[in-house]
Amino acid sequence: MRERLQPGATIDGFRLGECLHKGGTGYIFSVTAPPERDPGFPMVMKAPALGPGEPTIGIDSFEIEQMIVPILTGPSVPRFVAAGDLTATPYIVMERIDGEGLEKIIAQAPLPPGEVARVGSALADAVHSVHTQQVIHLDLKPENVMLRPNGDAVLLDFGFARHARYPDLLAESKDFAAGSAAYVSPEQLQNDRSDPRSDLFALGVLLFELATGTQPFGEPQTYAGMRDRLWREPLPPCALNERVPPWLQEIILRCLEPVAAARYQSAAQIAFDLRHPEQVTLSERAGRTEGAGFFPQFARWWQSRRDRHALGRRQNIAIRAPVIMVAVDTEHPDDERHPSLQLATRQLVALNPEFRLMCVSVVRAAPLGEGPADADTASGKHLEHKTRLRHWVEPLKLPSSRLSLLVVEAANATATLLDLARANHVDLIVLGAPGPTERALAWWRSVASSVTANAPCSVYVVRVPEGPVESRPD
Amino acid sequence: MRIALLSDIHANTEALTACLRHAGEHGAQRFAFLGDFVGYGADPGGVVDIVIRYAAEGAVALKGNHDQAVEKSAGYFNEAALAAIEWARQTLSDEQKRFLASLPLVARDGTVCYVHASAASPERWDYIDSPSAAKRCAEAAKSLYTFCGHVHDQLLYFEDANGRMCEFRPTPGTPIPVRSRRRWVAIVGSVGQPRDRNPAAAYTLFDRGREQLTFYRVPYDAMVAADRIRKCGLPESLACRVELGI
Repeated sequence: MRERLQPGATIDGFRLGECLHKGGTGYIFSVTAPPERDPGFPMVMKAPALGPGEPTIGIDSFEIEQMIVPILTGPSVPRFVAAGDLTATPYIVMERIDGEGLEKIIAQAPLPPGEVARVGSALADAVHSVHTQQVIHLDLKPENVMLRPNGDAVLLDFGFARHARYPDLLAESKDFAAGSAAYVSPEQLQNDRSDPRSDLFALGVLLFELATGTQPFGEPQTYAGMRDRLWREPLPPCALNERVPPWLQEIILRCLEPVAAARYQSAAQIAFDLRHPEQVTLSERAGRTEGAGFFPQFARWWQSRRDRHALGRRQNIAIRAPVIMVAVDTEHPDDERHPSLQLATRQLVALNPEFRLMCVSVVRAAPLGEGPADADTASGKHLEHKTRLRHWVEPLKLPSSRLSLLVVEAANATATLLDLARANHVDLIVLGAPGPTERALAWWRSVASSVTANAPCSVYVVRVPEGPVESRPD
Repeated sequence: MRIALLSDIHANTEALTACLRHAGEHGAQRFAFLGDFVGYGADPGGVVDIVIRYAAEGAVALKGNHDQAVEKSAGYFNEAALAAIEWARQTLSDEQKRFLASLPLVARDGTVCYVHASAASPERWDYIDSPSAAKRCAEAAKSLYTFCGHVHDQLLYFEDANGRMCEFRPTPGTPIPVRSRRRWVAIVGSVGQPRDRNPAAAYTLFDRGREQLTFYRVPYDAMVAADRIRKCGLPESLACRVELGI
């Protein structure tokens, strides 16, 4: 017999406190644990509503959550504590997230663009973190996101989620393949639960709401109404809130593209653009001022019918959309290592069609007491290095939408490169091996070695091939 | 409690030894041999001896269609398979043959059912090659977990909310949560003759306490096993299959 879920009850040693939430699918209680099991942070217990008349989907979702929550790590998800036997006492005990619900924030929308970018980039970070752990959330909506006091976003409720290497318990349950009407992606509406870019579509809906206070496709009550998004172009955000700048409109509408291949290809790329508005490449989307007329909409509808088969064919769950960061020494433009570094970058970019390339130059801070010449002022120096960086990458002939150039003034190149790599979800750092002058130093003192030792990702250290060693007569 | 599930060993001692070592290193405490110890390979006697030893210590051992073919006629086998059965008949001792003849077709242990082919009429050697075949098997087994061989590729079937069986192709080495509130049918893979163009031996580990299933691929020296097949005069095609995993 199952212990009754009510304040004061004890389940497997966890003492139930206040009931924080009672919804259609279950309950959330605050709980405490005996000292020997106390993990040292506040906890909640989530338990499904069970009994006659309750839908089985509730317990299926709960099973999925029990499969996925324990293996997720990082600040973007609640920390897992314990789970109860599914057939006897199903529950999950996990970290209680104190902070603000996204629902509350959206209630205040429209927000200023800077705020949309701040909340949106935290959200994109969280989605990226979950995606790198092979999980797609598939039910992103305001109720399922919290913001910690430090600004980090936390994703909740993995009951509709999908793990790339686990059986999908909801795969064949077509009625439940779709998440929530306002946020569900075109792929989910076509019973495809294997595309991480579905989360990017939902993220686009959330950004749209934050920026305008309205939902791009409303909250349709019927399946046919939901299917509109397979072809319908949403109203441009600036038509609803004139303060939405072109860069933000570009980001939002790119997330909402009906065909996944036309969207951003990773949440990391969305986070990057939200943090670097000046680097966003504007397309026709940025300039839209009103909804598309009848004929363009009709053309999209027609196109969507033709694309439908193509959508279903995609299989691979992990999308290769890496962020590659190359460190370029613009202070020594004649260094012999540049051609090798350019060649390596060209090869890496060719291997990854959905790449994003960040070219970074770390220059020493401008000396105090700036000289009279333009090139000596801080801004003049900055501009000079940015020009050199552009010149460096120019031969690669990359589209500007895949490229960002960054000049950072700092004394410590290693720390700067590592910070940038972490902040921008970089997948690969490319940099030169120590040159002839640095070789006199111990290897571990070079930038290449300390970046390699501490990087959050892979590092490609490029060396100029050594010429044949001349044999010298004694 | 971790149980190693080994099937379709097909007289390949090299592959079996590699899997048993791997399972030991991964904490296997119990062993279930799901049949087809002989056929196709060079060393039926070596494999049967290992199974006899484990069975004496409590391991589950079941009869497969190739094991049955040693005692009965095997009309439906192809020429290469028949040659290998003939080889097994010549090389197995009477004691080894008696052991094979004595094996059951099905074994049960609480919520688990072991069978070589399908729990639905195991004597017919039906292949579980579709969700509906898996459904028939699970229903006949009347248990939460059914572990089978016979089909050489690793595959996991599970029941969804509507009672339909769904097919899932596992990634080797990833522990998959298999909670006991639905029925699961696992094809554990072939130790001695994988056919998915990967010669590495296949077996599966079931962690009963954690309700986890991990499908494994274990690399071993398939060239040695193939050479032995050639040396004992069996058809070249059987050596190639082991060497290339086809």
